[in-house]
Formats: sequence, structure tokens, C-alpha cells
Amino acid sequence: AMDTDLSSQDRKDLDKFIKFFALKTVQVIVQARLGEKICTRSSSSPTGSDWFNLAIKDIPEVTHEAKKALAGQLPAVGRSMCVEISLKTSEGDSMELEIWCLEMNEKCDKEIKVSYTVYNRLSLLLKSLLAITRVTPAYRLSRKQGHEYVILYRIYFGEVQLSGLGEGFQTVRVGTVGTPVGTITLSCAYRINLAFMSTRQFERTPPIMGIIIDHFVDRPYPSSSPMHPCNYRAGEDNSAVYPSVEDSQEVCTTSFSTSPPSQCVFTVTKAHFQTPPPLVTDTLKVPVMGPAFSHQLSSSRLSYQPAALGVGSADMGYPLLLAGGLNAAHPHQLIGPGKEGGVPPIPNQPAHGTQADQERICTPLDGVHYSAATPSSSEDTETVSNSSEGKCGSPHDLLETIFIRKVGAFVNKPINQVTMANLDIPFAMFAPKNVGLEDNDPMVNPPDSPETESPLQGSLHSEGSSGSSTGNTHDDFVMVDFKPAFSKDDILPMDLGTFYREFQNPPQLSSLSIDIGAQSMAEDLDSLPEKLAVHEKNVKEFDAFVETLQ
Amino acid sequence: PAMNCRAEVLEVSVEARQVEEAMLAVLHTVLLHRSTGKFHYKKEGTYSIGTVGTQDVDCDFIDFAYVRVSSEELDRALRKAVGEFKDALRGSGSDGMGQISLEFYQKKKSRWPFSDECIPWELWTIKVNVVNLANEQERQICREKVGEKLCEKIINIVEVMNRHEYLPKMPTQSEVDNVFDTSLKDVQPYLYKISYQITDSLGTSVTTTMRRLIKDTLAL
Repeated sequence: AMDTDLSSQDRKDLDKFIKFFALKTVQVIVQARLGEKICTRSSSSPTGSDWFNLAIKDIPEVTHEAKKALAGQLPAVGRSMCVEISLKTSEGDSMELEIWCLEMNEKCDKEIKVSYTVYNRLSLLLKSLLAITRVTPAYRLSRKQGHEYVILYRIYFGEVQLSGLGEGFQTVRVGTVGTPVGTITLSCAYRINLAFMSTRQFERTPPIMGIIIDHFVDRPYPSSSPMHPCNYRAGEDNSAVYPSVEDSQEVCTTSFSTSPPSQCVFTVTKAHFQTPPPLVTDTLKVPVMGPAFSHQLSSSRLSYQPAALGVGSADMGYPLLLAGGLNAAHPHQLIGPGKEGGVPPIPNQPAHGTQADQERICTPLDGVHYSAATPSSSEDTETVSNSSEGKCGSPHDLLETIFIRKVGAFVNKPINQVTMANLDIPFAMFAPKNVGLEDNDPMVNPPDSPETESPLQGSLHSEGSSGSSTGNTHDDFVMVDFKPAFSKDDILPMDLGTFYREFQNPPQLSSLSIDIGAQSMAEDLDSLPEKLAVHEKNVKEFDAFVETLQ
Repeated sequence: PAMNCRAEVLEVSVEARQVEEAMLAVLHTVLLHRSTGKFHYKKEGTYSIGTVGTQDVDCDFIDFAYVRVSSEELDRALRKAVGEFKDALRGSGSDGMGQISLEFYQKKKSRWPFSDECIPWELWTIKVNVVNLANEQERQICREKVGEKLCEKIINIVEVMNRHEYLPKMPTQSEVDNVFDTSLKDVQPYLYKISYQITDSLGTSVTTTMRRLIKDTLAL
């Protein structure tokens, strides 16, 4: 007679599947919020270490956090694993964007085959997760992070808390997989009042140049946010930051049988791997900020070496002008809209110091997806994101993943910040805009030039060539060098460019100034009666004159 | 046993320049779910499965990004089909409406003299309506709107995939080519075929071959 209860082997396998499914789920979600394009390679020969037959890299820190949150437990009824994605602005305000929930309910499917059907369905569910993580509003936000905000993640285990998402949040179901011990469900609840926030807002603000300071050095946390000593300290040798995979790395080698299902063969081998420690490629001064906080939040800062420019520029969709002298001289110059909004700044100096963030930062990359895996990266470095051309880093043994850490790219306030953001309201920049009414948007309709400017001056500037100053307070462009064509003139001993610059700000015409104009008008009005009297006296002369004209 | 082919229909309205990317996004999302790693059969009827890699694709004309399987061969095949569809949509006989279909099928070997049967088990149809826009502002709005629509489509596709309805049984080594396309070197999608139809200006749905026949007849 068939044993209807789960065999102990099946039970062990199922637990292992669920555990690794949970870990991979966290990896997919966090990697989807790093702000970079993810690329992994297909491999026709099974390497034996790719869970669910999918190439999903493991960021060691993320695995560490997930394991910490799970603390050896598995999702069960009432005990869900949640990945919270939130946004933190450079002003220090933070807002929850999404909660991804991996839950278990009581509905059991006793008939289902663990080692075969459940495994394949978990694989399918991960694929769905890959797809869905790109279609919630937070994805686009995360691709633009770095200038004014970063995306953070937090993993917790227990009861799902959705209250931080604001009113009217929406839910999307990624999928479910029935198992003999319950049904696994994966879903996402996401804030929607950001969905109407035009991400174009960030595209319009010019990238911040100049000093890139670490936000956390400048502004201490608001009092509600706990501090947590960071794991990374400068100067220490670059040895393992995390305990190298505690005991053994469990490898899943699956064989499937096509013969009658009862002959399903499934083997799982445990292999002991010596995981090389994550390589810290930079040195950061990290002040220890205070006592550890017992809250679930944990912290570290991911840091990077700014990737070599030029790589992936073909993918950018706009020319990389950063290297040119133009931009270096005038850092406030806007280069053009670009695909992802603005050109990211080259840090003129390396980011100074970082500070423990009490939440994990996905990757505060500078807004545009410069992939970390440049050709110059070392041979044995396998990074999280690979070149967008689709050429992935050499797929060495996945267990040798060395994680390149990234420097926070928090930056100064942008020069031409949208007016609303100047208000001292948290998330002012996220305040709902009436999308249709762009009339109030200073970026669309720059404020009128002040009245004291002469109309002549106004017209001179409106005809200016591209790159010339608009002459009003809205100095989007600084004229760097005006080299007009055909500008030499025999009459004037100067070229058109010089002329233009010299006469760019001519003095006000006196007749056009309001005060004098008003004055003369008042005088005119006063003298009117006198003039009229004179004219009346001479009316006969006027009439005679008129007759000569006829 | 009679097999019901489940059919899903998606509709999109896009600008001409968005057709390719929108179609690729949908087709790749479906094939992501309908491709496995390469099977390697071993003794005793067991097999192991290779690894499927994935990558992000950003659209140029749509505010949208999607994930596809890391397989250049598969990408090329889809681009070729979508390119033909796009050209047909632009063609003279078209009024900007058409549909492209992705069908998953199984082969059933028949005895001679009968040829093998192709039995579809899942059919995805994307109906396309090409719109013309007047100015840049409309185009910008279209970029965003189509992006949002595609997000909905992805969610729809995932919903269908999650129903865990009929999938062909895992085949033995001798049967694997009746279920999977084993011609690619790095991944193994279920057997599929892509076809398309263009609606001509009369509003009738005419397949490409039919149009050619009619055209040739009229030319005589």
C-alpha cells in the first residue's frame, strides 16, 4: 500500500527546497532593485549548484541577511518571510515601496511529487518572480536611484506588515505552488501613490556634480532610526567579512527519471566548499555609530569602485560626454535627457567615508547602469551585474562569487531642484503632481524673466544658439565657449562672439524703465490741459494747413 | 485522448516603432516560462537539466524593461519572426491591425504514409493595433502608457503560467524531440511555432499566403 504520508526523505527534500527557494527569492528581489541590469549565462551542462536550474547569483551579504532573518526556520502558516523595499531620499526621509511576501497556507496537496513536480514548479515560480519584479513601479525607481535617493531592503520573518505602504496599496500575485505540507504563495504588495509620480522629475534635474558626499556622514539619522555598527572597517585586511559559508554548501544535484514516476531518482549531495571570502575592493572609513540595535534591521554599506567609463556606452543611448572638457569645466551643464535621465556625475573625488546604514542598500549606483563587470575587472571576479551586451562574466564556480562592493553615491542637492523639493516637507519631491497641469512646473515653464530686463535683451537671448544663456534666473546652461560661424567682420574690430559677450547685458534703455516712463507719463498728463489750450488758440492755422493738404 | 489547447489573447495598441519591442517583450516572457535547461539523458532513464540564465532588456521606444532567457539563438529566432510581422504590418495591404501567435505543440508520430501530427497544447495570440501620433507630446505619453500596458500583460501571462495546467509529460530520450526544441545549444524551449495575420483594410483577416495569392491573381 502506498504510504500517503510524506516519506522522511521527501520531507527532508521538501524542506531543503523551501529553504533554498526562500533564499533565491530574496536574491531575485534584491538584485532587481540594485538599479542595474542583471545578466546571467545559460549553461547546457548542469553545474550541480544551480538551484531550480536557474542561474541566479548569490550576493553573499544578501544570503547572510536572509539566513539571519529566517534563523533556521522555514516559512509556515503565520510565519512569512518578507522582503521590504523602501526608498530613502538624500534628505533622510524614507518610505516603504513594496513588501514581497513568501507565505505558506494550510492547503496541502498530498498527491504531488516533491522531488519532481514541486521542484519544477518552484523553478517556474522563480521565473515568474524575475518577470514580475520588473513590472512594479519600484523597478523604474530603482533604476534611477543614486542622485536623490537610494533603494533599501530589509528582510523579516513573522507577520506581514503592510501598514507602511500607505492607503490603497495594490497587490500582485506572483504564484503559488502546492506541496504536501502546505501551499507556498509569493506575492507583492506595493504602494501606488508613487505610480503617478512622474519619474521624469528626476530626469529633468541635472546630475549633481562636484563633491559627492556621503549623506550619512553629513546628516545623522532622524532619531527614530536606529544605528548599527557597520561590518566594514577601513584598514582591516580584506578577509572574510562574513563567516565563509558556515559549514557546508549544499549542492543540489538533481536527476530526473522519465520512466514511471515511481522510479523517480533524486539525489542531493552535500559538498564541502571552501568559499573564498568576499573581496573588499576598496577601503572605507566607517565610523562606528552607536550601540547595536536589536531591531530586525541590519546594516552595511555596499561600495564600489566607479566603473571605467566607456564600457556599455553603446548601450546608453546617448553620447558619453563626461570625459570631454566641456563637462568638466562646467559641471552644471545638462547633457541631454538620455535614456535613464541625465548623465551621472564622475566623482571628482572618491566618496569620502561611508557610514553604517541601518538598512541594506541595494546598490547606490549613480543612477545609470554602468555595469560593474567591465573588461578590466579581474578574471576571477564574478559580479552581480554583467555587461548589458549580454556577455556575462565567466561563469566560474558560482560558489566563488566575489562581491564587489559599492560606494554610496549620495550627492549634494541638485542645483536646479524642482521648486517643491525645496520645501521642508518630507518627500516634497514625491508630492503628487497633477500630471496634466504642467503649467506650475518650473521645469516646463521657467519663471518669466524679471520685468526690469529690456525687451531687447529678452529677444536677444531668446534667439541665442544652443548652449547660450537664457538670460533669466534659470541658468540651465552656462555658455562655455561661443564660437559662432562666419563671425569675423571687417567693420568691427571684434568677432561676433566677442561682440555678443560684450553686449550681452546692455544697460537698460531709460525710456523703457518703468520709473522714468511713469514719470514722463505723469508729466505728460499734467501738461495736457496747457497744450490743449494752445492748440485751441491756433485752430484756424491748423484748418488752413489741412486745406492745403486736400 | 483529446487534448484541449488553451488559448490566451492579449491586445496592445502601439506606435509603429514600438511594435517590435512590445512583441519581443511578450514572446520572451512567455518563452521564459516555457523553456528549460538542456536535458542530458543518462543510463537507467534518468536525466539531468542544464541551467537557464536570464537577462534584463531595456526598451528604447517604450518605458519598459523585461527579462528574457539568455540565449542568443532564441532571441534571434524571435527577432526574425517579429521583424517579418512588423514589415507586414507596415505593408501596403495593412491598415495597422494584425496579430502574432505563439503556439506550443507536441508532435505525434504517425505511421507511414501519414505525416506527423502537430497537436497544439497552448496558444498565445497578441492582437496589435498600430496608432499614428501627431506630435512629440503624444509620443511621450504613448511611451509611458504602452509601458504600463505591457506591465499588465506580463502580470496576465504570469497568472496563466501559475495555473499549472496541462504541460506535456516529461519525455523519454526517444521522445524528447516530440516535446521540446532541442536544436538550441543552451536552452530547451517547448516545441513552438510563430505565425501572424494581417488585417487588410476591408477588415477581413487575411493570412500572408492568401494575400500573395490574391495579389498574384489580380496581377494577371
